[in-house]
Amino acid sequence: MRTIALAGLVLLWTAWAAAIPGPAAAPPPQPATVAPPSDLAAGDTPNDAGQSISLTWRPSPDEALGVEGYEILRAESAEGPYAKVGYVPSGFGSFDDQAVPRDGRDFFYRVRAVGAGIAPSEVAAAGPARSSQQWYNAARTNALVGTLLFTLIVIYFIQGARRGRHLFIRRIAGLAAVEEAVGRATEMGKPILFCPGMDPVTSISTLAALNILGQVAKKAAEYDTPLVVPNRDPIVYTVAEAIVKEAYAEIGRPDAYNHDSVFYLTDSQMGYTSGVNGIMARERPATNFFMGYFYAESLVLAETGAATGAIQIAGTDSITQLPFFITACDYTLMGEELYAASAYLGKQPMLIGTLKAQDWSKALVGLLLVAGAALALSGPGLRQFVLRLLSID
Amino acid sequence: MTMSTDPWVWLAALLSLFIFSYLYKDNPLFKFAEHLFTGLSVGYLIVIYYNNIVRSYLLNPVLADHRWVLLVPFAIGLLYLFRFIPKLSHLMLIPIAITLGIWNGIALPLTIEADIIRQMQGTMINTSMFRNPWDPYTGLAVGILIAVGVICTITYFFFSREHKGALKVSAHIGIWFVMIGFGASFGYTVMARVSLLIGRLQFMFTEWIHLIK
Repeated sequence: MRTIALAGLVLLWTAWAAAIPGPAAAPPPQPATVAPPSDLAAGDTPNDAGQSISLTWRPSPDEALGVEGYEILRAESAEGPYAKVGYVPSGFGSFDDQAVPRDGRDFFYRVRAVGAGIAPSEVAAAGPARSSQQWYNAARTNALVGTLLFTLIVIYFIQGARRGRHLFIRRIAGLAAVEEAVGRATEMGKPILFCPGMDPVTSISTLAALNILGQVAKKAAEYDTPLVVPNRDPIVYTVAEAIVKEAYAEIGRPDAYNHDSVFYLTDSQMGYTSGVNGIMARERPATNFFMGYFYAESLVLAETGAATGAIQIAGTDSITQLPFFITACDYTLMGEELYAASAYLGKQPMLIGTLKAQDWSKALVGLLLVAGAALALSGPGLRQFVLRLLSID
Repeated sequence: MTMSTDPWVWLAALLSLFIFSYLYKDNPLFKFAEHLFTGLSVGYLIVIYYNNIVRSYLLNPVLADHRWVLLVPFAIGLLYLFRFIPKLSHLMLIPIAITLGIWNGIALPLTIEADIIRQMQGTMINTSMFRNPWDPYTGLAVGILIAVGVICTITYFFFSREHKGALKVSAHIGIWFVMIGFGASFGYTVMARVSLLIGRLQFMFTEWIHLIK
């Protein structure tokens, strides 16, 4: 009986305890509300190929309260529905929507501030805005003027050279050595190695190298010295073969041309280097020409050539590789000297005219530098003018 | 000391040693490694070009997406093969001319933008440099140094006049700037090359002979 009473008491106490509300749990913290971004403006992105709308806004003044970034929403009508099209981190007040579905259609935008510890802000709205493409990029007018000016200078000098006007080019040290190097190979009865660089035929340095190859091939044909031209690029190989064949024909010795003298090795950078090194180690050319654009293989090639005792003439506009050629070769044509070399050796009006045009363009750039600096130092207004003149967006 | 049991590690290590053997003198082992490397690279790149170019830019777009217009550049590319027919070999000049024309057209304005206008922007001395004249990045002193260096270097590469008188002095200063730049570049690259050698030796000592744990 006492047990039953005790059990009843326990049951009653349990029910009473369950009925009494416990200490209230702390309510979850309300996320902070922040002021929305303001002054949202949307408009077509200028000077582009279309399908892009640029947005700008004034960032929320409450960024310090936990704004992590801004969500950009887009809709086809002011009422929505809006879909998120972008996000920029806080501190930024612009965004280019480069995925606009169609040009010439109205789009509406909203921007809101978001962050982990804050409620998404009210939105700033803008629109309608339409994207369109522009035929002319006004921001590149300076490049257009520069290109036209350079083209005019080139045409002027080429015309002058074609009319027989004497265009002076100073002597370039490394070039005088070309004849000496070919003569040395002839005396020693050893071949001449010519590497036309590692770049494809579209590279300016490869074109300059191929021009020089034509002159070297003529001298090789004249002295009946074997020529070895390993190529990395199949198209360069095709052009090099045509140039060498033509050089032999011009000298009047087409029969002396050896079909195996110009060949394709491999497109792999180090595979090519390995192959050329093998040729240098075994065939022991008396003269090595490294003309064109080179990469990390420059020192490997030039060092192997130096170890075989060959006279070496290099020419490249690869600034990072020039120090290695200067160190390991007898003569090095630096940068523009490579282009000048092809004009100097070829004596063709087109090349000489272009070289003269380059020269006078350089002089013009030097003058503009001095004049621009003088204007920029004259005052902030003129400085802004100079900056605008040189700005490219 | 335990050595690797992986046959590929052995192959890589032995081929590395064959290449290093050239440091003594040219020998059959070096010749073997050299010919293997050059030959393999040709075969490997043929597969890469087929997959990355022929399949991605021609076969898939034409066969799957029916972009028949791509057959036009394909036909132009095929003209290269006329080099095997001597009478029609001049036709291969067409794709070469198209390629050169397009690339030069693209390159000219880009070069003027990147190599001339941008460089002029960076070289010009302006009033903002007076704020902190000795700042190593934006100060007036470094601004003057860069401007003098650029103008003198341009005069070195001026081919229309003999380097005499003022031009000689300017060109001489210019070549000093160029050589100092090359010296810095040389040192930097030599360090990078040494790190390549260290990488190869690390592979041999770590992966192959397990000398370094």
